[in-house]
Amino acid sequence: MSDLQSPASTGTAGKASDDAPVKATAGGDAPSAPATTGRSFLPQSTLLRHLLVLVVCAVLAVAILELTSPFQNSQLATLTYYAIAAGGLTVLTGMNGQISLGHGALMAAGAYTTALLLDAEEPLPLPVILLAAIVVATAIGALVGVAAARLHGPYLAGATLALAVGLPGLAIYFHDIFGGEQGMRVRAPQAPEWFDGFISAVSGNNASSTKWLAYVGAICLLITYFFLANLVRSRIGRTWRAVRDQEVAAELAGINLGAWRVLAFVVSAAAAGLAGGVLAIVVRLAAPSGFTIVLSLALLTAIVIGGLGSLTGALLGSALLVFLPPFVTNLGGDFGLSQTEAAQLAPFVYGVVLIVVMIFVPAGFVGTIRLRWMTRKAKRAMAQAGADGASSRG
Amino acid sequence: MTAIAAATVASTVAACGGSDDSGGGTSSGGGGGENEASDIGVTEDTITLGAHYPLTGVAAPGYSEIPTGVQAYFDCLNQEGGVYGRDIEFIFRDDAYNPTQTSQVTNELVLEDEIFAMMSGLGTPTHSAVVDFLNDEGVPDLFVSSGSLLWGEDPEQYPMSFGWQTDYESEGKIIGEYIAENFPDAQVGLFLQDDDFGEDGEAGIRQYIDDQIVAAERYTPGNTNVGPQIAALQAAGADFVVGFNVPSYTALSQLTALQLGYDPQWFYSNVGSDPTLVGGLLNRFSEGQVSDAALLDGALTTGYLPTVDMTDNPWITEFQRIWDECGGEGDLTNYRVYGMAQAYTMTQALQAAGQNPTREGLVEAVETAGGEWEGPVFAPFRYSEDSHMGTGGMTIERIVGNGSEEVQPVRITDIGDAPIEEYDGEAATPPANAIPDEESVVD
Repeated sequence: MSDLQSPASTGTAGKASDDAPVKATAGGDAPSAPATTGRSFLPQSTLLRHLLVLVVCAVLAVAILELTSPFQNSQLATLTYYAIAAGGLTVLTGMNGQISLGHGALMAAGAYTTALLLDAEEPLPLPVILLAAIVVATAIGALVGVAAARLHGPYLAGATLALAVGLPGLAIYFHDIFGGEQGMRVRAPQAPEWFDGFISAVSGNNASSTKWLAYVGAICLLITYFFLANLVRSRIGRTWRAVRDQEVAAELAGINLGAWRVLAFVVSAAAAGLAGGVLAIVVRLAAPSGFTIVLSLALLTAIVIGGLGSLTGALLGSALLVFLPPFVTNLGGDFGLSQTEAAQLAPFVYGVVLIVVMIFVPAGFVGTIRLRWMTRKAKRAMAQAGADGASSRG
Repeated sequence: MTAIAAATVASTVAACGGSDDSGGGTSSGGGGGENEASDIGVTEDTITLGAHYPLTGVAAPGYSEIPTGVQAYFDCLNQEGGVYGRDIEFIFRDDAYNPTQTSQVTNELVLEDEIFAMMSGLGTPTHSAVVDFLNDEGVPDLFVSSGSLLWGEDPEQYPMSFGWQTDYESEGKIIGEYIAENFPDAQVGLFLQDDDFGEDGEAGIRQYIDDQIVAAERYTPGNTNVGPQIAALQAAGADFVVGFNVPSYTALSQLTALQLGYDPQWFYSNVGSDPTLVGGLLNRFSEGQVSDAALLDGALTTGYLPTVDMTDNPWITEFQRIWDECGGEGDLTNYRVYGMAQAYTMTQALQAAGQNPTREGLVEAVETAGGEWEGPVFAPFRYSEDSHMGTGGMTIERIVGNGSEEVQPVRITDIGDAPIEEYDGEAATPPANAIPDEESVVD
């Protein structure tokens, strides 16, 4: 039995696992091994399977980036940093049951690190800079995580909220280093020469800086999701879920709740740090007004809409965040609203979508689909078991 | 060249190449040649311009009216034949005063809408986020709606960007000189926004009255409690407070001072002093206890544009007519006048760029001819090859009711240690229909 909530177990393991808090986080509770039904062509090993998915996704990403316009490239670049941060947050909230309102601040840590390092006369190579952004955010995440491990629910939300409000304030206080309210302008790194060759070989498109940044974002996104997917399917992921669902049982099984919570926070902070780094080069600015509480809340709504605990859900939720406002604005314009009215429509529609999702698909897009699928499978298994039982008795 | 009009990915390259042969070889000025799609965003019968404004969020009151003024002016201009027979299409998008969103909408304007030029993009922190991108992409970035020195101080760094309104440092200098001459015994306190706005203003004002300043307090936009700052000014014994702040903080500082029983002579820089807007904000913040801008009565401020209360000013008369004919709902406000005045300068720039304008030609036109342009702005622009700064002159005015009366005529200066001088030019009168008629200076 590798998974507490795996659908196969629901029919046989009795009530206890049925009424655990599975509904809200159904999106994250995919089976950790290929389904026992076994009609899958995917490799048995998790790592191999994920590598295969990674390659497919990379090809898909190149295809998408080459088939879309430069503007859509820039939107996709925006999508990548939201999705990286949301991916980290969904691991924390969906897998480990901790809520964080402070991820915007962790992104700020990554963004400012990137901005400072790129500001140097001869900046380090981009991967090194992004790694540094991860390290700094991870360090802050570890500090906060230690405090967070002792807190629950609303108290944890309060503590991380303080982080979201307080950390950007440091940028204003240390005005001379971080540029105060106006922030630091970031010189986006130029594309290397091989990139030109790569793009002209693949599609013959113009290898603009916008495209290069979209590729940087996509590469970071794929690597992050690959790591996170492996992590949540491993012993670590299972332990996190155990901590989330049954604290007492987990503790009885010898799991140190605090340590595992800190680990979850650290992993999630690392993702936020990378997201911040990507944000800095895509937006070309690291300023406090870019990392308000609104950003943290937007990330949280993204993972809730997409389906808590699911990386696909985090990606979908982020996509909604990026594509819905311009879509609504343009739609409003087409229906004859003035541009000001159309712009005011976007936050309204976003709110309506959020409410509708909460009412009709409370487990998020991915979570609800997965829940349906799991219920149907469980029913079939029950029916099968019933038929088996009847036939063996008879 | 017509291939450029096709909005394909590949054509971006072609069009960038096309902009190099500026002018396109056609003779311009008299309208002898034919209209061509001479650059990105220019077709035979349209020119597309773009901008970003806070249309939603905390900065929206007031500022969201600017694009409606721009739009009204261009609508009326298009009815009269536009520029060289081309209609001006003006696309503006909402950035909610959030730099991250400014970056997104600017991408959309440049890459998706394929604007010829950006005009009037609003805000210092917001526009900072996109100034590199616009200059890298070679998009003219005209008449930024912010008095930061960033857009105009160093044309080598940002060759495509131009300021428009009086920069905050020159404004600070003119205010400083006025206080030194008229209030030599005042104990001056400064109430500053904690960014370039407050910093530049402070630098300017300290050139003249450094020894009179007893306190300088800074606030962070977004933090609505200014109690500590106002109390500190009061404690320092300041009896004359100069505010470099946005309108909402004018209202907040007035309410806080009222609570503290603090009644100095107030002087608000131009940005934060619109009596109508501040009155509305006062009403909202005090939940109806203060109903209009009466608190501001007697406060001093600066001006570089005619305001709506000057009903006998010919520019205001013309702008009122344009708003009535081509505007939307609501009244003509100072923010709409601001937008129309910017649109007027933009029209001058497009005319000067010739019949078949290119992006480089447009920049050249502003550098060459911009210093000579007359318009609603009181003092001339400082545009040249070495400076992309906007106008450098201001009056000092006293707020009375919802209007103001002049207490010192226009004086002009420049950044750094440039002297302040009386401006001896005549106020320009609007041409027919308030549509300029500039010669092409690009060939």
